[in-house]
Amino acid sequence: MGLQKVKSILPAGSYYFSGDEAVAEGAIAARCGYCAGYPITPATETLERLSIRFGETGAVFMQMEDEIASICSCIGASWAGAKALTVTSGPGFSLMQEGIGYAVFTETPVVIVDAQRTGPSTGQATRVGSGDIMQAKWGSHGDYLIIALSPWSVQELYDQTIIAFNLAERFRVPVLLMAEEATAHLRERVQVSGEVELFSREKKAGAPPFGTRENDGVPPMPAFGEGEKLLVTGSTHDEHGLRRITHPDIHEKLVTRLHNKILHHGQEIIQYENYYLEDATVVVVCYGFTARSSLFAVERMREEGKQIGMIRLKTLWPFANDVIRDIGSRVKKILVPEMNLGQVVGEVMKYASCEVVPYNQVNGEIIHPKTITEQLRRLG
Amino acid sequence: MVRELEKYLRPGIGITTYCPGCGEAILMGLILRAIDELQLNMDDMLFVSGIGCAAWIPSPYFNADTLHTLHGRTIVFATGAKLVNPKLKVMVISGDGDLADIGGNHLIHGARRNIDLTVICANNMNYGMTGGQVCSTTPLGALTMTTHQGNPFCPFDLCQLVKAAGAAYVARYAVTQPFAMIRGIKKALQTEGFAFVEAVTPCPVQFGRRNELGRPADMLKDLMAKCVMREKAEKLSPEELKDKIITGEL
Repeated sequence: MGLQKVKSILPAGSYYFSGDEAVAEGAIAARCGYCAGYPITPATETLERLSIRFGETGAVFMQMEDEIASICSCIGASWAGAKALTVTSGPGFSLMQEGIGYAVFTETPVVIVDAQRTGPSTGQATRVGSGDIMQAKWGSHGDYLIIALSPWSVQELYDQTIIAFNLAERFRVPVLLMAEEATAHLRERVQVSGEVELFSREKKAGAPPFGTRENDGVPPMPAFGEGEKLLVTGSTHDEHGLRRITHPDIHEKLVTRLHNKILHHGQEIIQYENYYLEDATVVVVCYGFTARSSLFAVERMREEGKQIGMIRLKTLWPFANDVIRDIGSRVKKILVPEMNLGQVVGEVMKYASCEVVPYNQVNGEIIHPKTITEQLRRLG
Repeated sequence: MVRELEKYLRPGIGITTYCPGCGEAILMGLILRAIDELQLNMDDMLFVSGIGCAAWIPSPYFNADTLHTLHGRTIVFATGAKLVNPKLKVMVISGDGDLADIGGNHLIHGARRNIDLTVICANNMNYGMTGGQVCSTTPLGALTMTTHQGNPFCPFDLCQLVKAAGAAYVARYAVTQPFAMIRGIKKALQTEGFAFVEAVTPCPVQFGRRNELGRPADMLKDLMAKCVMREKAEKLSPEELKDKIITGEL
């Protein structure tokens, strides 16, 4: 199978979408067959659009009784053969965590969009934050690795929704699209091309659906109704899916492979963008909406002749360890501005040998470019 | 289990894990008999179960597609699969704790949506797998691991609950009424829409022994004495119906 080019459902051209609408159109482009969700600000508009658009494309839209039901029905739908999507925000994302862990352990492709708002708890439902980044990594119990993407524009919400489906299918893992209220509710122009590249899950009749010879492989995934007599369970299982709940070696082998299948494929997964790094002595490491403000600030500083560069992380998990290790060994200082009290900065500190300075803001507003400029001036 | 039903069982799995005197292996046989009598093809079936003793009835024993899910979420997992592939004959098999306690919200919403699912709820009136704690179907006053002075709360009448929520078919039988139970499961499987069968089943090891019914035979006899078919119950006074379990189509 692999990546295949297919015709876009939406005619090629330029569209004016909100971020939430771009997610819906990205899902349609990716041939999503099932979306379940529960209304929540600021993600609701994706559901609204899909409830109309799926009526046109023949895919299934369900408004469920809560977010637990949403993620769980997506997992059922995925095993029945559909690409599945749910969208939510903080409180719903918290409710989904057990289901996300189940999807990790049963190797179920599913895409979860978290249009982040301020928290904890109900917080300020209509205001922006990036407080769910560490929750995306380890919100469910047990050891696992997951894929989380961070879009900075409406265009990228469209593009990364398609990429999220492809990665979910390729690695049989839940993929989290860590949107933010500021991009979810932003309206911008989106270019839709006439073709999209899509990955569909590998199938191989009779092959074990939960094990590979390699310690980092992705097994083929049959669907219900194909005569495979599938055993899908959230308990520890062997390569055939048979529950094996007291065998130390089987548990270790399974958990390690699920970890390695993400860890060892970082080159295929991790995406980032470099700006003005050639002669930079100070670098801003940023993601999401904050990267827009950062780039603005970096370019103003460049105009003043300051040797400032920027790395924008498009993939948050798995973390771009090598990128940060490399830049950390070449520059004097790294600034990490975040709309939380310091989440990605901890990861940067782990891998960068230079001085790492956080800038944190949790007032429900975007970080203004002027604020980042001030921070950069302070760093010299 | 009799030889003729062996074809429905996953090869190489061996004996069940049920305690001596548990009614859930009986229920397993009754479900398979209903499937056998209807000549259903196991390749077209999906069995969805949750967490608890009853959830192990289909997984791994049934030789079909099985989805052993999170605690309480069977009905929503099943809903997603059914909506994507309506050709699947989807049966949910789980316990009272799973379907009615932690999963109660999904149960009533499943019934309300009237999605085409057959739901078999094995009701043993307590949490068997975790050691016999009280649950939402434990009778008032019953002793459990967590109600040493008797359960202070009234139990759910699951059939009335699901019926009120809008299910297309609702019935209750005990495993001591095997032929009626098979008929009920067959009817549920033939119903288009949300069909719910409450299967009352003895749990002598966890529930019985704390309520003077520790011997499997005593618990079966007690169930037989308590179960009254609906038609007969309609003629009995509230006094006479005290402590009785009304069975049949409800």
